[in-house]
Amino acid sequence: MSAESLSREVAALYDNNSANIIAMLQELQSRNKNRYLPRPELEALAACLEIPVAKVYRIATFFKAFNLEPKGEHMVSLCDGTACHVRGSAKILAALEGELGIVAGGTTSDLKFSIETVNCVGACALGPVAVINEEYFGELEPEKIPEILNRFR
Amino acid sequence: MKKIENASQLDAYRNQCAAERDPDRAMIAVCTGTGCQAHGCDKVVDLLRSELKSAGLSDKIEVKTTGCHGFCEKGPLAVIRPEGILYQRVKEKNIADIVSKTIAKGEVLDKLLFFDSGTKERIKLEKDVPFYKLQERLVFGDNGYIDPTSIGDYLGIGGYKALQKSLTEMDSAAVVAEVKEAGLRGRGGGGFPAGRKWESAKNVVGDVKYVICNADEGDPGAYMDRSLLEGNPHAIVEGMMIGAFAIGATDGYVYVRNEYPQAVRNLQSAIDSARELGLLGDNILGSGFNFNIHISKGGGAFVCGESSALIASIEGEVGEPRAKHIHMAESGLWGKPTVLNNVETWANVPLIINRGAAWFKGLGTEGSSGTKIFSLVGKVKNTGLVEVPMGISLRKIIFDIGGGIPKNRAFKAVQTGGPSGGCIPEEHLDMPVDFDALTEIGSMMGSGGMIVMDDQTCMVDVAKYFVGFLKGESCGKCTTCREGLQRMYEILEKITEGKGTVADLDLLEEMAPVIQQGSMCGLGKTAPNPVLSTLRYFRDEYLAHINEKRCPAGVCKALTADAQA
Repeated sequence: MSAESLSREVAALYDNNSANIIAMLQELQSRNKNRYLPRPELEALAACLEIPVAKVYRIATFFKAFNLEPKGEHMVSLCDGTACHVRGSAKILAALEGELGIVAGGTTSDLKFSIETVNCVGACALGPVAVINEEYFGELEPEKIPEILNRFR
Repeated sequence: MKKIENASQLDAYRNQCAAERDPDRAMIAVCTGTGCQAHGCDKVVDLLRSELKSAGLSDKIEVKTTGCHGFCEKGPLAVIRPEGILYQRVKEKNIADIVSKTIAKGEVLDKLLFFDSGTKERIKLEKDVPFYKLQERLVFGDNGYIDPTSIGDYLGIGGYKALQKSLTEMDSAAVVAEVKEAGLRGRGGGGFPAGRKWESAKNVVGDVKYVICNADEGDPGAYMDRSLLEGNPHAIVEGMMIGAFAIGATDGYVYVRNEYPQAVRNLQSAIDSARELGLLGDNILGSGFNFNIHISKGGGAFVCGESSALIASIEGEVGEPRAKHIHMAESGLWGKPTVLNNVETWANVPLIINRGAAWFKGLGTEGSSGTKIFSLVGKVKNTGLVEVPMGISLRKIIFDIGGGIPKNRAFKAVQTGGPSGGCIPEEHLDMPVDFDALTEIGSMMGSGGMIVMDDQTCMVDVAKYFVGFLKGESCGKCTTCREGLQRMYEILEKITEGKGTVADLDLLEEMAPVIQQGSMCGLGKTAPNPVLSTLRYFRDEYLAHINEKRCPAGVCKALTADAQA
């Protein structure tokens, strides 16, 4: 589907009302296989809602939920909330980064994995915890990381 | 299902729901909260159902999938009712025994019972486990009994009675008066009296008003709102309806984190089923009261927990706070009178209406009535969500309910109030926990996160962690917050690298009031708290980093033995 017709369809889902722009961007991003917002889609959405592209861009860059670069097939979200932090999430991050050869925020060149650190996934009892594709992995230890990642390889 | 048009039809339907759900029936309630899901509860439930079926016992006992029970550390949790036997750490391999022994023959499986490391005894009943025993689970307790996706379950335990009472036996002024009299204070952070907000909004003349539920639970280390939304969404819907009736609102919004997909699903299902039944919509219970609830999914910005930023986000703007010369109660969402309360606050409302302000005031302390749900996490044995009356001591929460520090290490501090709260040392552990007492010692209640730290936690690293978090989440509108936090972070980083000087500590203390006073919203106004409270109580740790180039907890990489070797 072209960026124009996709944007039109998503905007219509939310009454073409620019007050719902966050929901529209969430929808656009969730439909993208690499969970990001390509520039043509942002431009098409702005045209569709008759608002400046700058406004769409401002929203897309202000909120953490939105990505402007393609993400890997498997998103590894490592929690770095306080509870996980004091239980050693830094060591888990180092293990993830070492295993995948990318740093937090990055994506492997084959677009297979991305790593991000998130503030709190609300599963503090299991810290340190990571979420991979909505699946929770708790009580992590650096040694467990290769095995967990292998399940997604 | 036919729509319910008046109070007597609701009574009849509620009675029917209750009759179909004998409280003494055999039931195995499996927690399917996020914590237990991470422990693999979904497979446990599937296997349990299939084993019961093949043993021909499906009719003998009902498998109930509930929201979070709170004792996340020991998940997956299963409670066998009516006896109330708690099985913890239930794995797939245990299911055959549970079915063939406990359910078929009534034999209790010792190995699945909670083991009290203090008394060296196994405890059979959920209510006798110290973690639960000392709690007062008024808001959170129903989670263990109901399927959050079933409105029948909620009605069966007396759901929507408070709404019915408000609409048929009280008027809006009486509802406001009751909540005001109860002294219910906001559970999301500020602690502002909910009744006063309601009263102001009610007194503003206008046809269009809004109520908002703040479910943008952003404090790292706090997840009680998530567990309430996931486990008992109707309580929040009912609370919002009562608030809307009280102030004269016709629409409500729940601003919920997109990171909580299960909460969004369960809330949406609660709203849909309430609407199907006619409990949301036009002319509710024939009273002439019209009300609808919409869900607005957040974009993942911590600052959107601040009320004016949250409203901007619902309106489709970036989440920047505005100066609040005009109260939200007069001009909030789209310039209309708006009442915004957080999830836990709304969930308290039906209780207050059902049981009365006097009862509610009897719980807790003089300035802080009721209970509070805390998420007890970090370096503590019994991690999970605990609901206790206000005024209980920190020591009771951490050592009696929480079981103390794992591996018998030494307690160092407990951090309360979210990223901009403070770190409280041992000397204050016997202080009663309420809104005012926590503020007095340089921390705050916040949304109820309680992160326990032991001797392996470096307090300078903790301060750096929080300032790093807040600098990333600062929206950038106020210079003092945007630049001040950045500078604080750089100084703290310098100290953790062993490059700090004593003059840096003075500079941190000098900057703090500038950030506090020069920032518009709560984020900046409280952001220096973690630095100030650690400097106040753990200055010696800063000095060890500066003077001795040593990190006493062994956390700061540049100062550990490996780095120096």
